[in-house]
Amino acid sequence: MAGLRKEGNGVGSVTATAAPSTSANVTRWFRTFGAISRAGFRRYSTYRQAALAGAVTNTVFGFLHCAVLLAAAGSGTVGGYDRPRLATFVWMGQGLLAVVLLWGWTDLADRIRTGDVAADLLRPVHPVTSYLATDLGRAGYAALARLLPPVLVGPLFFDVYLPSRWPTVGLFVVSVVTAVVLCFGCRFLVNAAAYWWQDARGPVLLWTLGSGVLAGLYFPLRFLPDWLQLVLWFGTPFPSLMQTPLDVLVERDPPAVQVGLVALQLGWAVLVLAACRLVQRRAERRLVVQGG
Amino acid sequence: MSVIELDGLRKEFTVRVKAGRLRREKRTVTAVDGIDLRVERGELLGYIGPNGAGKSTTLKMLTGVLTPSAGRARVCGLRPVADRTRLALRIGVVFGQRSQLWWDLPLADSFDLLRHLYRVPAAAHAARLRRCRDLLDLDDFLATPVRQLSLGQRMRGELTAALLHDPQVLFLDEPTIGLDVVSRQAVRGFLAELGRTGDTTLVLTTHDLADIERLCARLVVVDHGRVVHDGTIAALHARYGSRRLVVADLDAPLAVPPRPAGAALHRVEADGHRLVYALESAGVAEVVSALAGLAALRDLSIVEPDIEDVVARLYRSPAPDPRRPS
Repeated sequence: MAGLRKEGNGVGSVTATAAPSTSANVTRWFRTFGAISRAGFRRYSTYRQAALAGAVTNTVFGFLHCAVLLAAAGSGTVGGYDRPRLATFVWMGQGLLAVVLLWGWTDLADRIRTGDVAADLLRPVHPVTSYLATDLGRAGYAALARLLPPVLVGPLFFDVYLPSRWPTVGLFVVSVVTAVVLCFGCRFLVNAAAYWWQDARGPVLLWTLGSGVLAGLYFPLRFLPDWLQLVLWFGTPFPSLMQTPLDVLVERDPPAVQVGLVALQLGWAVLVLAACRLVQRRAERRLVVQGG
Repeated sequence: MSVIELDGLRKEFTVRVKAGRLRREKRTVTAVDGIDLRVERGELLGYIGPNGAGKSTTLKMLTGVLTPSAGRARVCGLRPVADRTRLALRIGVVFGQRSQLWWDLPLADSFDLLRHLYRVPAAAHAARLRRCRDLLDLDDFLATPVRQLSLGQRMRGELTAALLHDPQVLFLDEPTIGLDVVSRQAVRGFLAELGRTGDTTLVLTTHDLADIERLCARLVVVDHGRVVHDGTIAALHARYGSRRLVVADLDAPLAVPPRPAGAALHRVEADGHRLVYALESAGVAEVVSALAGLAALRDLSIVEPDIEDVVARLYRSPAPDPRRPS
């Protein structure tokens, strides 16, 4: 144990963090962020059976969902989507559901309820940052284990639409990552209700009920009247969670509108993350860590 | 500069109490009621008190997790709440009742993640981890996910995790709770070693007074949110008049047991076959020589004062200030 102290005099670990320059600081920040994300990937990859069950469920529902929407479309187009575009919308949507993780995330609320959130506060990293990094790692794993199965199975049974403009692919990737970040922020805010109420079951339930419809998971929001679409897109973050990446992928709109939608999505992500930090700061001031 | 400085630290909680069918009354409960404390570098401080005395609340305020209602706190020269993330680099915290490790990751992966979180250079990390592995026998379960570890294994992992960034202060909140004898000894031995050889300041809260006796030169007892004792364990014994006992077993009872100066005859047991003396100013030798001239001694033992008795008496004593919950 003597050695445990000798190589660091207590100040050693502190000087190690005082970065010489801003760029080195940024590099370190990304390295830490990357390490947390990798750990998130590993953590979720331990639950293989859950991933398998989820992928099967998403795929089965894909058939149901696709059949319903195609029936609604008949032989023509509906809401600006033809049949192959609708099929892509459905099957990619079934895959994205688990990547964006619309439902089923109560980690923060659970940790607040049990008091384990104290451990998160004792880290030298801001809680919003570390939860976000973990969530991106989780999304990375979901992209392999949950997104691929429905996306590979769907085209075997349905005619699907593939992007015809190559920038669409890049824009789609940006849009998905943004959707993950935004959805994480929303889930964080919903969970953060537990800071005030010790429990977030009510808000989580409301979120679960509302987000599926308003994000465009059940049917494309383009089926709705124009004014309602405007209200949803600009007034709420929901369409940016699913509808935007899917619309970008199926090239529902010309390139300029595609870019505009992603820009709007980015705006929402920044806004919601800022809200997370604000809420976290307010919460810490009044936090009562449960348990002795 | 002291490593820990507390001046008039207070924490009040507002609780709602049922008062009638629908009405609820707000009531203020004072968990920590003005604590002043100075802890120097390298000190081993035992921080004890009965359930609800305010120990954990104080610890949470010291680590920046809880905002004090009033008073001033400095740890390593930093304000715990305002500078929490910077302070996190300089302190280590072990909660006996909750885990700081990642439930679904193997222990080794948790340690690796901690290296990145605390930005510890790889070589320093490896050296510290190697020593912890040796001292705490971690090798058998390094590859096991934390959720599968036994409590004793997990606690050894927690200790390692708290030390990998070489903290100046290590806060331990009931680190031996629920552990079996072997694990408890391993943890105690490790902490004793850490305290003996380094300049890490240790703040230990526990209900296991053997931990305190083994580890801590200084003992702070809190009750009802206030410090009721601050000093060595010996000082605590002196204050409460706890004394060492000499137990003498005789071949045959004495008609008149001797009463050596400086020792009191505490009890007579087994029909006079056993005499128990409480030492005041006299030593063991004086009692023995007083007995040896009168009777044949069969056996002799010395009982050290029991800290549990003293602390129980301390806990039972009335609250220092009856106007507490307002």
